[in-house]
Amino acid sequence: MKQYAICAYQPDGPVPLPEVLGPIMEKVGGWRARLQSAGAWVFTAGLEPPATATVLRVTDGEVSMTDGPFAEGKEYLGGFTIIDVADLDEALRWGTEFAEITGLPTEVRPLYDGSTA
Amino acid sequence: MTEAQAGSGGAGASAGEIEGIYRQEYGRAVAVLVRVFGDIDLAEDAVQDAFAAALPRWRASGLPPSPAGWLITTARNKGIDHLRRERLRQEKYVQAILLAGQAAPQQAESAVHNDTDAEPGADVPDDRLRLMFTCCHPALADTARVALTLRLLGGLTTAEIARAFLVPEATMAQRIVRAKAKIRDAGIPYQVPGAADLPERLAAVLAAIYLIFNEGYAASSGDELIRTGLCAEAIRLGRLLAALMPAEPEVAGLLALMLLTDARRASRVSPDGDLVLLADQDRGRWNTEQIAEGHELVRACLRRNQPGRYQIQAAINAVHTDAATAAQTDWRQILQLYDQLMVIAPSQVVALNRAVAVAEVHGPAAALAITDEIRLDGYYLLPAIRADLLARLGRTADAAAAFATAAQLTQSSAQRRFLELRRARLTAADDVGAG
Repeated sequence: MKQYAICAYQPDGPVPLPEVLGPIMEKVGGWRARLQSAGAWVFTAGLEPPATATVLRVTDGEVSMTDGPFAEGKEYLGGFTIIDVADLDEALRWGTEFAEITGLPTEVRPLYDGSTA
Repeated sequence: MTEAQAGSGGAGASAGEIEGIYRQEYGRAVAVLVRVFGDIDLAEDAVQDAFAAALPRWRASGLPPSPAGWLITTARNKGIDHLRRERLRQEKYVQAILLAGQAAPQQAESAVHNDTDAEPGADVPDDRLRLMFTCCHPALADTARVALTLRLLGGLTTAEIARAFLVPEATMAQRIVRAKAKIRDAGIPYQVPGAADLPERLAAVLAAIYLIFNEGYAASSGDELIRTGLCAEAIRLGRLLAALMPAEPEVAGLLALMLLTDARRASRVSPDGDLVLLADQDRGRWNTEQIAEGHELVRACLRRNQPGRYQIQAAINAVHTDAATAAQTDWRQILQLYDQLMVIAPSQVVALNRAVAVAEVHGPAAALAITDEIRLDGYYLLPAIRADLLARLGRTADAAAAFATAAQLTQSSAQRRFLELRRARLTAADDVGAG
């Protein structure tokens, strides 16, 4: 088995209205329940918007803080789910379902498992 | 055949024979060993080693009864030897990282010992279909799919593939290394996809093979020998896929399309290297054997009646190659097929090709009106076809301007010469007419 991160990229801007977001979140909940009953769900995290982020940088041994995200962009990582499945095809099937539910660009990326140097 | 040639202990195999075996069996051997070892690099190295071992042996004492079986068994032993050496090294490595308090890496060899098939001389399992689907996985870039297919299934070297696609060898090498790393690290499976995914995945395999064919067929530039080799390789892969997936009509359609297109290769370029239009080609130089095979495939597709884009394109080519002279071409049928193609796989390029058929059936004015609506910025064929239509409508100045635009846009010197020649003929004819 292999672990993958299914990452959702959200457009920068206001959060959609509850009547839009509600049904989508309900479907995402169903998607997660299906992952769990398939024994494939590991972990899910949603992130606050990039305006809440703080970046730390080390320069000459000194740590400096800046307000805002590491990279400014039109889209940012909004959250991710870690899944445990047989191979990329299975991961892509779950990722496709997620993308279809949310309409968001979705990145499927393997977790480094330490077996390849 | 003399007795010496027939006897297994007699004369050795010729370089040509061994080269033939290499072309024919390389992909099969790699495909089996990828399954056995689960590692593309190890499989490739083992097959290369096996061929290196085979060469002096076969030259001296001839081919074994089953060269494929011999190669696969030998390659597997080479691979196991390699893994054993690797394990010895890895045990030292394991000790080192255990000291660092990490988990030991998994051993890959257990899978090898469980695998007992592929006796020499027996029927060798065919894993090439899996290998095709892995090489053409949609998670890989298009260019990588083509390169991997040629490398792993065709046995072409990285240098050969680089020359064929006119990129520096280092670029191609990096492309292949990156693709193989993604297959390994992203966990792209080594299997034929299930029914739900098959249509989309098969389309990717067909597209890769057709891309190889077109790269070879387009007389854009580069070494003619390499290009002919690419067409032959694409047709070989098409035949292999047709044999492995006989129930898929689009596979037969693609094979027919490639055979019928390639059949006209010899007549497509004049002895001076100039392009010859379909209507002006010497049909006596067409490859009748390939045309007969292509027609038979198209007829079988029609009987199945599950049309697809490759089958329809093959049928269009079948109509062209059915006509003894250009004047006898059944353009009405070709137009019907293009109408069908526009429903199944509409695109601006298909619309442009359809316009050519419209010109033959309904006249150049109707066709010109269609091309007014086509947006294909930078594609030389649009102004080239418009130039031809304008010339037929007697709009000589507009036609000459369109030929000039087309000549500017094409990448191929042969095409440019052809377009400039047509423009020159137009203005010369006009001068005579005016004088």
